[in-house]
Amino acid sequence: MKNLIKSLRITIVFCIVFAVGYVLVLWVFAQFASPNKGNAEVVTLHGKVVGVANIGQQFGKDIYFWGRPSCAGKGYDGASSGASNKGVTNAKYLKEVEVRVDSFLVRHPYLKRKDVPAEMVTASGSGLDPDITPESAYVQVKRVAHARGMNESVVKDLVDKHVQEPLFGLFGPAKVNVLKLNIALDEASKK
Amino acid sequence: MNTEMLGVIVQVVLMIALSYPLGKYIAKVYKGEKTWLDFMKPLEKLMFRLSGINPDEEMSWKQFLKAMLTVNLLWFVWGILLLVCQGVLPLNPDGNIGQTFHQAFNTSISFMVNCNLQHYSGESGLTYFTQLFVVMLFQFITAATGMAVMAGIMKALAAKSTKTIGNFWHYLVLSCTRILLPLSLVVGLFLITQGVPMGFNGKANITTMEGSKQMVSQGPAAAIVAIKQLGTNGGGFFGANSAHPLENPTYLTNMVECLAILLIPMAMTFAFGFYINRKKLGYTIFGVMLFAVLVGISVNVYQESHGNPRIEQMGIAQHHGSMEGKEVRFGAAATGLWSVATTATSNGSVNGMHDSMMPLSGMVEMLNMQINCWFGGVGVGWMNYFTFLIIAVFISGLMVGRTPEFLCKKVEAREMKIASIIALIHPLIILTGTALATYFFIHAPEFVAKEGGWLNNPGYHGMGEMFYEFTSSAANNGSGFEGLGDNTPFWNISTGIVMIIGRYLPIIGQVAIAGLLAGKQYVPESSGTLKTDTGTFGVMTFVVIVIVAALSFFPAQALSTIAEHLSL
Repeated sequence: MKNLIKSLRITIVFCIVFAVGYVLVLWVFAQFASPNKGNAEVVTLHGKVVGVANIGQQFGKDIYFWGRPSCAGKGYDGASSGASNKGVTNAKYLKEVEVRVDSFLVRHPYLKRKDVPAEMVTASGSGLDPDITPESAYVQVKRVAHARGMNESVVKDLVDKHVQEPLFGLFGPAKVNVLKLNIALDEASKK
Repeated sequence: MNTEMLGVIVQVVLMIALSYPLGKYIAKVYKGEKTWLDFMKPLEKLMFRLSGINPDEEMSWKQFLKAMLTVNLLWFVWGILLLVCQGVLPLNPDGNIGQTFHQAFNTSISFMVNCNLQHYSGESGLTYFTQLFVVMLFQFITAATGMAVMAGIMKALAAKSTKTIGNFWHYLVLSCTRILLPLSLVVGLFLITQGVPMGFNGKANITTMEGSKQMVSQGPAAAIVAIKQLGTNGGGFFGANSAHPLENPTYLTNMVECLAILLIPMAMTFAFGFYINRKKLGYTIFGVMLFAVLVGISVNVYQESHGNPRIEQMGIAQHHGSMEGKEVRFGAAATGLWSVATTATSNGSVNGMHDSMMPLSGMVEMLNMQINCWFGGVGVGWMNYFTFLIIAVFISGLMVGRTPEFLCKKVEAREMKIASIIALIHPLIILTGTALATYFFIHAPEFVAKEGGWLNNPGYHGMGEMFYEFTSSAANNGSGFEGLGDNTPFWNISTGIVMIIGRYLPIIGQVAIAGLLAGKQYVPESSGTLKTDTGTFGVMTFVVIVIVAALSFFPAQALSTIAEHLSL
């Protein structure tokens, strides 16, 4: 019984130290050191908020670069992150990937099968992956340029500018943030 | 050498380099020597005064265990109450509802035992209040529990002959204020600068570029992510855990978070050597564990980077490895590394989905948890290794015809019996659970259908999902083959029970062994003493672990992961 009372008292003390004290320190720090006062960082287009910087969005129109397939909710649901959790030998899953390859080829008729990047037909871990690989961006250039009536080389330059190199040029993969690229695209074609 | 590989190598090197000084520091903390964090003393004194605890009161191993078990029981009730009532408690901007009783039962146990198995999704299954006053609170204090118990065991083993093993409350508070809190602050502050949210607003309501609506969950994530990585907890703020771009936004945060997984478990191994003043023993143990982890990392990084042969057969470009369930900003190699780090320790956070990994990667992940002592959970991982050390000492003693001794204490039948029971209980609960689940799946399809069908994948991999779930529960890991539909009465209750057995029986046994050894007569070392700090003995322990722990699981592995690999 003595132990139980001590237990209760120390648990309350721990609450004060951690759930209040520690959290408060971080929260105050976030008010000035985080990109958006402790909230998710947002990005704007023409002064209007169009998305969260690190959260991918559903893109399906020809005038935009597309992100990866998503299994978060009905696709890029920011309130319900998640993956397919399909095993690598699951026949139904493999058929699904086949279908994605085919529809990718239909929308990009200039591509050969061997040019379709695997990451564009496999779902991400969070369902909110904001990035694609540089290759995945380059294969879409022709479609986007065509749909917008822009010069292919202009669109390609834009992609070049949005390729984020590995950390310190040394560690990890290169990537392209799809949302930021599309914003830049909209801004460029308005000029 | 490509940049993904380089990233993996630098992470491993950093882990080892940082854990060494931390281990030295931890040994000092538990010995009560001077450290630069001594300015925390007034805070600690205040905490003891408010709780009515005298930190200098020495406890026998039985009193030590009693205090530990009592406070855990209280946490269990605390967790269930808050989780069921969370709908009406404050800090609930998204209006989430309370958990069902069987779900709260599972969640409360899961966080109380430092497992962090999650049968809910953070975005909808918890409120900010329960995220902080249940999940995060438990992530600190249950990690500290494991460390406190190890501190008691170290004290018992270091003494010449003693009836007491220190004060549980004292170690508990020290683990929090001197180790977990400062490190979490450092990691938390760093994560905030990188864009991990730390606010109390509800979901962000976005109109996307193509004009559709997108709700984006956020909240006080940075506070939780820091401690969930450091305290081998693993319970993520969001459903997708550290694969979520707000929980782990960049490659740099990924490096820090992955490093944080192994940092304290590695340091605890060093700390043991420093504490009992036998550095070489500490290094030998560290070496054995590191060897096993490096083998695992090699397998998983290779498997994931080389991609899925079934996708290869489709004739498309698979240059970046198997990307199903992975994020582009980390890449396949870093996800392979993380999958080993998180299962070798009892962390269980993920930055890519284990369910979609290659079969052999899945095998390594499960083996890590089935062995459960390659660094393992903070404190408890080393304690599991200690169990195997006792068994190895006993077997080697018999082999060379010497009385088995460990640290100048005779290891006798009683300690050996306890160690064997602990070593066998782990496979017993995992295999029994898996057998039961597969039996139901085959012979009671109506029952399974009523529970939603459970499996997300057919065949060998489906069996793997059930096998993984029990393995993860028993090892207090908390990761999963998340395709398993596990928020059902069967899974909530069965894994709840497995988690409790998997946590407390080993701890009770290990403290008992240490307490019994401590009370024995000190036998000075002589030329006839079996040396436990040599490479040979390290190999011996490794072999014992592989035979006792790993091989018990071979048949079940053969039916799930190995069979799936052969069918690729």
